[in-house]
Amino acid sequence: MAIHFDKALGVHTDALKLRGERTKLLASNLANENTPGYQARDIDFAASLSSALHDDSVGGLSLETGSPETLYRVPNHTSQDGNTVELGVEQAAFSQNVSDFQTSLTFINMKLRGLKQAIEG
Amino acid sequence: MSFRNIAQIAGSAMTAQSVRLNTIASNLANANTAASSEEKAYHARKPVFATVFDRSAATDDQITGASVQVLDVVQSTEPLRKVYEPDNPLANEAGEVFYPNVNSVAEMTDMMSASRAFETNVEVLSRVKSMQQSLLKMGEE
Repeated sequence: MAIHFDKALGVHTDALKLRGERTKLLASNLANENTPGYQARDIDFAASLSSALHDDSVGGLSLETGSPETLYRVPNHTSQDGNTVELGVEQAAFSQNVSDFQTSLTFINMKLRGLKQAIEG
Repeated sequence: MSFRNIAQIAGSAMTAQSVRLNTIASNLANANTAASSEEKAYHARKPVFATVFDRSAATDDQITGASVQVLDVVQSTEPLRKVYEPDNPLANEAGEVFYPNVNSVAEMTDMMSASRAFETNVEVLSRVKSMQQSLLKMGEE
């Protein structure tokens, strides 16, 4: 019986990858907080992850077969310079995303520990 | 993983905000510098930011990051303050001197905004650093 790491770690590798990519998007939003005309972007995490899982039949992740669709954020208030970055919203999203990243990582660590235990006996 | 890109994005934003703080410092320092003519007087400076989408580094299967670039530093076109000071050594024939068009209150609020934006990006960097460190420790425990 062979151990397939992809199957053993389950959804968490996809989730971790997606969280990493989302960090880049949210960091871009925070970086362009004062740039006139910049429109804040984000990905629909649930939709991207489920499409990543459905691509399992061809053995690839959605991040490899195509980029997750980036959507534009709808601001609560419009600003005169056309910038749609709202600092509070982005900071909250970034912070939540970091926590979710750590959560996915913890799950992977738990799985790896389980595998190690199974191998070492 | 795209952590290197994130560091570059946050770094570009920090550079842009430092340029902004730099112009604010110049404006506030020269707020009361008199001059003998309109041309010689100091004009308030302001940086113009633009987004740079990093398409060269990213392949099709990656999300493009967006860093910040300082396009230019422009001078304000608002009218200068003309003051009648005949005893000022810089006064022209009509006894007038020109003071810069710096709005101290606007500059102070701009300074707060710039330093907050800078701190936001420092925070992004430190959070990304902790993510990267815990990623490196994967499977060790």
